[in-house]
Amino acid sequence: MTAPPGLQVHGLRKRFGGITAVDDASMTVASGELHALIGPNGAGKTTFIQLVSGAERADGGRITLGGVEIDGWPMHRRVTQGLARSFQISSVFPAFTVLDNIALAVQARSQGRCAIWRPVVMRAAWFDQARHILDEVGLGARSEIAAGDLSHGERRRLEIGLTVATGARVLLLDEPLAGLGADESGPVIELLQSLKDRTSVLLVEHDMDAVFRLADRISVLVSGRVIATGTPLEIRAHPEVRRAYLGESTA
Amino acid sequence: MASALHIRLHPLPTLLLVAGLAVLPVVLTAVDQPFYIVLASRVLIYALIASSLNLLIGYGGMVSLGHACFIGAGAYTAAVMVRAGADIAWLTWPAAALAGAALAAMIGVVALRTRGVYFIMITLAFAQMAYYVVVSLRVLGGDDGLTLPHRARYGFGLDPGSDTVFYWAVLVVVLLLMTGMRQLLNAPLGRALQAIRDNDTRMEAIGFPVFRIQLAGFVIAGAAAGLGGGMLADLNQQVSPSLLHWTQSGTLMVMVILGGAGRFLGGVLGAAALLLAQELFSDVTTHTALGIGLVLLAVVLFAPAGLAGLWRQVAR
Repeated sequence: MTAPPGLQVHGLRKRFGGITAVDDASMTVASGELHALIGPNGAGKTTFIQLVSGAERADGGRITLGGVEIDGWPMHRRVTQGLARSFQISSVFPAFTVLDNIALAVQARSQGRCAIWRPVVMRAAWFDQARHILDEVGLGARSEIAAGDLSHGERRRLEIGLTVATGARVLLLDEPLAGLGADESGPVIELLQSLKDRTSVLLVEHDMDAVFRLADRISVLVSGRVIATGTPLEIRAHPEVRRAYLGESTA
Repeated sequence: MASALHIRLHPLPTLLLVAGLAVLPVVLTAVDQPFYIVLASRVLIYALIASSLNLLIGYGGMVSLGHACFIGAGAYTAAVMVRAGADIAWLTWPAAALAGAALAAMIGVVALRTRGVYFIMITLAFAQMAYYVVVSLRVLGGDDGLTLPHRARYGFGLDPGSDTVFYWAVLVVVLLLMTGMRQLLNAPLGRALQAIRDNDTRMEAIGFPVFRIQLAGFVIAGAAAGLGGGMLADLNQQVSPSLLHWTQSGTLMVMVILGGAGRFLGGVLGAAALLLAQELFSDVTTHTALGIGLVLLAVVLFAPAGLAGLWRQVAR
């Protein structure tokens, strides 16, 4: 018996004026699976993430999370339901310390997240959980630094940390390796590997080495359509994929 | 831990300030300057109102140019109640706060769907609508407004006619609300408001209902401004449409920027500085507005954290 699907997307569509960015795209992220979404520039990968996360409204299609239909829900409600996304360009709270950043994400899923009396600093459990997550993403030593003062690589890890700290069961990671040098991407790839045990991940990424190392399955998006889904081996051998995408980048 | 976001008030200076404010009317009476008791009451009330706007602008990033309409809602509510004989301050003031909150809820539901300059414009537009509604309603006295036959009573055998008693009543209320504001800002809701100010998209993406949190902040600020309006009605024993005029909203914004947006005492310092400057220099010159304009310019250019941030700036 297989585990129930984590995330199902069926027939997703989005048009911007005359351009169809996402065209009848369907895919499934199984529970506990790391599913990579690849495709050439402009294929609609980020739009796909925007639609699934709820940042933008789809023109059509159905999205279900753990069997619950979430289309039309605002983003914050999808997060509470267990679907969180990261951003391609790090989106953090620059004036807050690194610890306070993560503690906010913990607060978001905790009882009393909008309480009006007992101070945040007295809620030690939130900060304990936040410290734990910081250790996990390798920022434990940087917890008291303002997020705005982090290096690019550190900010990428904080970005992932914020997404993980939501406690979501399905993570949408939009190019977590973007802009990282070879020495910086190694630890992040390890971090992604460690996430696989606990959560389902939909990974959009341009770094093909990382994708083929990490992914259980890969879907290929070209011109807003999913043209193939399969294991890394199957995708590597897929003729249409080679023509549309891999051929270009390995040529 | 998390010290930068947690507002601490040093106990000794706070205690001294509160004690000084408490004995102020006694001192002013002793030196035979009772007129200044009324001025001090006005400063306290505006300190509260400006702080409520500071909560919106400085902590919530919601730059509202319509804050005066909540003052008006509270002031007219209190005035109508006193005239109708429901003249207990512990009734009229909460009712004024409720009126401010209700109006803020109605305006916020629409205005908070916009951002940036659109938010400024839509809050201004709503406040102007409220202004013209008040001007055109005969039951509210139209252009002339309403006069109050006397101030609301307090019970406990306190003399409602005494400026000193009024001052103390206002002081108690303002201190309670400032304590509440500090508590709120340190609480989860306050932290969420500040985080939304810095990055609303990310707040939504980690699961916070951004719109509802901002609406809560907007309503709380509206309630405090309404309460201030209710107290102003008693102070002046008169209410007029000028309380709701957009220039009033502008003045409040000047107070916040002058005092320090996003600084806990920013609204208090700004209100005190502006009102005292107007009072002091109105004898000397009729051009106080010019002087205030120049000071504001200097603050924006050289002390963006306002008077509240000046101390730290100088100390550094």
